Amino acid sequence: MRNPQLNKHGELIHLLSIEGLPRAVLHQLLDTAGSFLSVNEREVKKVPLLRGKSVFNLFFENSTRTRTTFEIAAKRLSADVINLDIARSSTAKGESLLDTIANLSAMHADMFVVRHSESGAPYLIARHCAPHVHVVNAGDGRHAHPTQGLLDMYTIRHYKQDFANLVVAIVGDLVHSRVARSDIHALTTLGAAEVRAVGPKTLVPGDLKEMGVRVCHDMAEGIRDADVIIMLRLQNERMSGAMLPSAGEFFKNYGLTEEKLALAKPDAIVMHPGPINRGVEIDSAVADGKQSVILPQVTFGIAVRMAVMSTIAGNNP
Amino acid sequence: MSTLHLDAEALYRDLAGGVRGLLQPNGALVGIWSGGAWLAERLQQDLKLEGDCGVISSAMHRDDFDKRGLSSDAGQTRLPFEIEGRHVVLIDDVLYTGRTTRAVINELFDFGRPASVTLAVLVDRGGRELPIQPAYSAARITLPPARRLSLARDEAGRFSFNIEEGE
Repeated sequence: MRNPQLNKHGELIHLLSIEGLPRAVLHQLLDTAGSFLSVNEREVKKVPLLRGKSVFNLFFENSTRTRTTFEIAAKRLSADVINLDIARSSTAKGESLLDTIANLSAMHADMFVVRHSESGAPYLIARHCAPHVHVVNAGDGRHAHPTQGLLDMYTIRHYKQDFANLVVAIVGDLVHSRVARSDIHALTTLGAAEVRAVGPKTLVPGDLKEMGVRVCHDMAEGIRDADVIIMLRLQNERMSGAMLPSAGEFFKNYGLTEEKLALAKPDAIVMHPGPINRGVEIDSAVADGKQSVILPQVTFGIAVRMAVMSTIAGNNP
Repeated sequence: MSTLHLDAEALYRDLAGGVRGLLQPNGALVGIWSGGAWLAERLQQDLKLEGDCGVISSAMHRDDFDKRGLSSDAGQTRLPFEIEGRHVVLIDDVLYTGRTTRAVINELFDFGRPASVTLAVLVDRGGRELPIQPAYSAARITLPPARRLSLARDEAGRFSFNIEEGE
């Protein structure tokens, strides 16, 4: 079966997951993001590529940063943006999701940006919407967060140029993290030398090895000589049952402090998808330190989302 | 069957003379990606102008975006000087429909309000679809619409033309 994200010419028409996308498509998106980055520095911070198009932000799950950056990106492309915060209800599943989409399609939507707590919801929408409508996954369950993955790759490429010799450590709660999944798929596709998954057994299951990563339950081993450290947020709202003794215990073992950071390469960069929990997964001195690129990630995120939206909108089914 | 022969290097020397005549005080060269950018880079040196020339891409303002999408090799606008109040000379290799010129004029105005904008090209091949005329063209020719004409540059920086039969 053909990848539902690509048309018959192999061009991107939806962005649902990084998994299965060719390296050339990823590089193309990153290159395009580079040209949009400079738009944000112009006197007129707007280009007309999506003029006359309607982008619907459908957030079935809360988000501030992702929704805002998608909104800014769409507006800088001159699209009309409609934000819908749809609180999750127990019946908002299956057919009712499709009914929502049918109704919004009747309002002449051209693009849906979808965040949903159920893995696969954006696929369902992409399968059922009209052929001219494009879908961007803005995070679905534990499955994927492809624009975060791409902006992480953009950040790494910006500071490190090439992926070939890089050691990247992803630290923390990988089991609940769609960001980690998207990052791992992107890093392996782009040819990073080594990707490490670092954290306690409850949050970094051994079967992650199947994704081509090295699993480390010891923090020192995990970040030693790393070029890039991606810290993940400890997702309290996703934790059911006792997966951790306490947040304090987690910080002691896996929280990124200046002392632990010294084990990585001297020019290592520290990333975090945000929002950060200071004193839980990352120490303030590191989050605000000179190796932190957490705020540039946010800036790059706008350019990356502009690249994704304009690329898929310009490709026909 | 084609007997068309264009000597790009000879035309470049004519273009250099033409552009010298167009440059005003407070003038600036801006080359249209990609052929025009190569020309502008060389003109900047040969005409002994200070600083770097600008490079401009039509990608963000193309009118065929809905049909063709984003180009995979569209270049990137780099204007290493203020546009506000400048007398800008746009440089392109081949002028055809005028749609690229229209797009880059829009792009230029996203950076400020130039005092004036003029256009100098190596070859004007006719076939205009918009009211755009060059202030200088080194050659004027007529080609069938299916014929594609573009500038090429070898490793030594010498110019030649590619002429291809389109679909």
